[in-house]
Amino acid sequence: MLKVNSIDVFYGNIQALKGVSLEVNEGEIVTLIGANGAGKSTLLKTLSGLLKPKKGTIEYLGQSIAGKPAQSIVKAGISHVPEGRRVFANMTVEDNLDLGAYLRSDRAEIAKDKERVFNIFPILLERRKQLSGTLSGGEQQMLAMGRAIMAKPKLLLLDEPSMGLAPIMVKTIFNTIEEIRKEGTTILLVEQNAHMALSIADRAYVIETGKVVLSGTAKELQETEQVKAAYLGGL
Amino acid sequence: MEWLQQLINGISLGSIYALIALGYTMVYGIIKLINFAHGDVFMIGAFIGFFAIARWGLGFFPALILAMVVCAILGVLIERIAYKRLRNATRIAALITAIGVSLLIEYTTIFFRGAQPEAYPDVIPNKSFHFLGAQISMQSIMILSVSIVLMIILQFIVHKTKIGKAMRAVSYDEEAARLMGINVDNTISITFAIGSALAGAAGVIFGIYYTKIDPLMGIIPGVKAFVAAVLGGIGIIPGAVAGGMVLGVVETVVSALGFSLWRDAAAFVILILILIFRPSGIFGKNTREKV
Repeated sequence: MLKVNSIDVFYGNIQALKGVSLEVNEGEIVTLIGANGAGKSTLLKTLSGLLKPKKGTIEYLGQSIAGKPAQSIVKAGISHVPEGRRVFANMTVEDNLDLGAYLRSDRAEIAKDKERVFNIFPILLERRKQLSGTLSGGEQQMLAMGRAIMAKPKLLLLDEPSMGLAPIMVKTIFNTIEEIRKEGTTILLVEQNAHMALSIADRAYVIETGKVVLSGTAKELQETEQVKAAYLGGL
Repeated sequence: MEWLQQLINGISLGSIYALIALGYTMVYGIIKLINFAHGDVFMIGAFIGFFAIARWGLGFFPALILAMVVCAILGVLIERIAYKRLRNATRIAALITAIGVSLLIEYTTIFFRGAQPEAYPDVIPNKSFHFLGAQISMQSIMILSVSIVLMIILQFIVHKTKIGKAMRAVSYDEEAARLMGINVDNTISITFAIGSALAGAAGVIFGIYYTKIDPLMGIIPGVKAFVAAVLGGIGIIPGAVAGGMVLGVVETVVSALGFSLWRDAAAFVILILILIFRPSGIFGKNTREKV
C-alpha cells in the first residue's frame, strides 16, 4: 500500500532522515519505534506532505506522493494524527470533527462517519458542544483520532498517541487502534512506548538517528536483544 | 439630551473604526502581521464609492458593493504580491513591507489623480429624526445599520461556514490545519479579501459621513483602527468591534467637552495606557511568553 524508498529529509541544513525505506501493506499495523529525535515524526510529516524529501520516492497505492501538498495527500486517503494531538482548542469538539471532514462534501456519509466516531469514542458525544481545549489529555487524543477518521482514511498515521497519558488511558487508546484496524483502516504507528506498540503491531521498524537499523515482525523484534536492551527496559 | 446625541455620534464614528479594525485583527490573527496598508485600502474604498456615485451615477448600495469588491481584490493582490513570499521571514521584514505598500498605494493614487480632496456627493437624503431630544440623522442610521449588518454577516461566516472554520483553524494552528486538508494559502487570501471588503465599506461610509476624502485620508483612521484592534485584543474579532466603539465614543466625548483639538491624542493616550496596563487588550487573555 505504502512504499517508502530511501528518502532523505532535511530541516534546513540538518539531515533528519538518511535513506529511510519502509513498507506498509494493506490491513497491517506497522510500528516505528525509536528514541526522541530519531526521526520518527519527521518521517510521518514527510508522508503527510508537511515536509518534502530531497531524495527518494514515496509510493502510495501505486502513485508517487513525495512532495505533493498536504491537501492532496489527505484527499488520497492518508490522515495524520500529529504528535501532541494538536486539536483546535478554541473550537468545539464537533467543529473539530467537522474540520476533519473538510475535503469531503458527501453530507450523508459524513454524518454516518460522525456516528461511527461517537461509537468508537462515546465520551466525545457527551462533550460535543464543549470547547476542545477543556478536554483531558486522553479525551483530546481521542478527538484527534476521531478528527482524522472523519477524513475517511485508508491509511492512518499516528504519532505518539500514548504520550503523556495515564496507563489506563494508554490501554484504551491502544484497544481503539486495534478496533480501527479491524474496521479496515491500515495503521502506521509511531511510538516511544515500544512495549505497547510491539504488542499490537504486525511488523516493526527501529529507527536510530535518521536511519532504519532493524526491521521485522513485531514478535521477532520483541525477542531481539538489541530491542530488549534499548527499548523494552531490559525486561 | 446633549449626551445621548454625543453617544450616537460616537457610536457612528466607532462603527467606522470597528469595520476597519476587523480587517486588522483578522489578518493579524491569521498571519501575525500588522497590515499597515489596511488604512489605504479603506481610502481606495472611499474613492471607488465616490467615482461610482458622482461619476457613474450609481446609488448608495451598488456603490458600497462595488467598493467592497474592488477592495477585496486589492487586498488579495497585496497579500499575494507583497506578503506571501515573506511568510517565513522575520516579522520586522513583513512590517516594513507593509509600510512600503501603504506608501505605494498613497502616492500611486496621488500620481494618477493629484492630492486635492474631493467632496462626497449626497446620496442619502438629509433627513433627521428627533428621539428623546437628540437629533439622529438619516446618515447615522444608515451607517449604523450597514455596519451592524456587515458585522453579523462576518460573525456568521466565521462561525458557521466551512471557510470560516478553516480561517479559525489556520489562525490557531497552521500545520494542524494543513493536516485537515485545508488549503492554507487560499484561506489566508480569503481572510484578506473579507477584511479588505470591510475596509472598503468603511471608506464609503466615511465619505458619506464626513463628506471630504483625499488620498492620505487612510492614515489617521487606519492608525486609530489599529489602536481599536489592540484595545479590544488583537486577533480577537469581537474585541475589534468593542475597541472601535469605545474609541469612537471616547473621541466624541473628548470633543464634546471642548477639547476637540485633543481628539486625536485621545486615541494614542488610550494606546499607551492599554500597552502599559493590559497589553493583551480588553478581550485578550494574559499569556506569559515561555522562555
